[in-house]
Amino acid sequence: MNAVVRVRTRSRPAWFPLLLAACLALALSFLTLPLVAIFVNTSPAKLIDGLGEPGALDALWLSLRTSAAALLIIVVVGTPAAYLLATRSFRGRALVVTLVELPLVLPPAVAGIALLAALGPKGILGGALDSAGIELALATAGVVVALTFVASPFYIRQAMAAFAAVDRTLLDASRTLGASEARGFWRVAIPAAVPGLTAGAALALGRALGEFGATLMFAGSFRGITQTVPLAIYDRFSTQFSSALALSAVLVAVSGAILLSVKLVAGTEALGGAPR
Amino acid sequence: MRRVLLAVALAAAAAVPVACGDGDDGGGSGSSNPRLVVSAASSMTEALTDCAKGYPGATVRLSFAGSDELAAQIRQGVKPDVYAAANTELPGALNDEGLLSMPTEFATNQFVLAVPKGSSIKSVEDLTKSGVKIAIGSESVPIGSYTRDTLSRLPADERRAILDNVRSNEPDVKGIIGKLTQGAVDAGFVYVTDVKATDGAVKAITLPKTLEPTVTSAAGVVDGAKQPDLGKRFVAGLVDGRCGDSLRQAGFGPAP
Repeated sequence: MNAVVRVRTRSRPAWFPLLLAACLALALSFLTLPLVAIFVNTSPAKLIDGLGEPGALDALWLSLRTSAAALLIIVVVGTPAAYLLATRSFRGRALVVTLVELPLVLPPAVAGIALLAALGPKGILGGALDSAGIELALATAGVVVALTFVASPFYIRQAMAAFAAVDRTLLDASRTLGASEARGFWRVAIPAAVPGLTAGAALALGRALGEFGATLMFAGSFRGITQTVPLAIYDRFSTQFSSALALSAVLVAVSGAILLSVKLVAGTEALGGAPR
Repeated sequence: MRRVLLAVALAAAAAVPVACGDGDDGGGSGSSNPRLVVSAASSMTEALTDCAKGYPGATVRLSFAGSDELAAQIRQGVKPDVYAAANTELPGALNDEGLLSMPTEFATNQFVLAVPKGSSIKSVEDLTKSGVKIAIGSESVPIGSYTRDTLSRLPADERRAILDNVRSNEPDVKGIIGKLTQGAVDAGFVYVTDVKATDGAVKAITLPKTLEPTVTSAAGVVDGAKQPDLGKRFVAGLVDGRCGDSLRQAGFGPAP
């Protein structure tokens, strides 16, 4: 099969591979130029100065805390939920999966409005939350809620795919050997799905770190309380451009590192790296 | 594979200079009317949207954001034809930098305390009570600097108590109004025109004269504008033309 393809491409003018390469080159330069500009536009010394400003560090620390909290919630609740969706077929499953995935394609502004309408002081659960003494709007907890809302689908989708790819015979064997379903989930399915789960978690973390619109609309912007890195960048854009650039550079670097780690994890999976 | 990579590298090298050159030349609009791009403060959204409809001799394209943000865009090389700000400082600074024509002061606005309909808050003093949630503009946006100006005229302990109640620094007035109408905060400082635009959902409390900053809006034609003449005409119209009328209707005061 491979040999045939190779022969054909050699015997014809190579315009098609060239077209492919040209399109990739165009995409690559378009996608990387703005990111490169962030680093070119400013000197390393200025970047460090921009980060040294106290508000910037507050924002970074808040972003890390809230994103980690959101990721914890997503993994703890999302993993069993994804397992159910991946291993059972039931009426309305397609609808459930669509609903779970919907935040993926919603504009952040819609997410913000929706969260206010549901959990805001005047939202449908606002009264209940208030009487329970829970305050989300304009609070750090509200940031976590917004991040969880927008980032969950990234994890759940990936986790569903990972569980669906687990060899059913392994699970069946564990049941035959007398293990409960819970034990099979814990001892067989999760270890086998770890690479996929990690990739999903990394994507969700990246999405959470970058969240802007829903956070601003639902949680507001206050230094150290609700002003995450993207909000701090927006706040500094007009008056402290170098600080905004510095924070942007950090976000680019962190997000790049997250994506790269996903590739590495996915790579070991593809190479047959033993999921234990 | 190696050949493909080589081809990609070569093509990338060829593509980068193209990408760096100025590719955007506005893109021919095609319609008979020239396009006039106006960057204006969020607080003018309703008024200018109103008068832009059927504007004679040009298709007016409006872009609303915090005045500071629009100024920053202009400093980064974005070139709308007209820049209309909620204060005189930002247009003045752009003029000093050679980026904007001599600004024209075209309207005044009233700086007020805004509360949701039916609120028990009646005055600035009520904002000092603990538990009151307040949203203000962030420091860089005009509404935020007017707010800090007003607060600086209060006794220190009162000012501190109010600042302690601030729960969000919003990037523009729309954000403050949104938090008010959604009940996320109990009070905010905005322009009277923003309150008027909520159709009664939010009410304005006039501040004592000693606390009230003078809010004057100014506009100019951006240096390097594609439609400088239309821009000049638009700015003049903000004072006493079609858009001036819309501004007055929205509650703006006449030019000082």
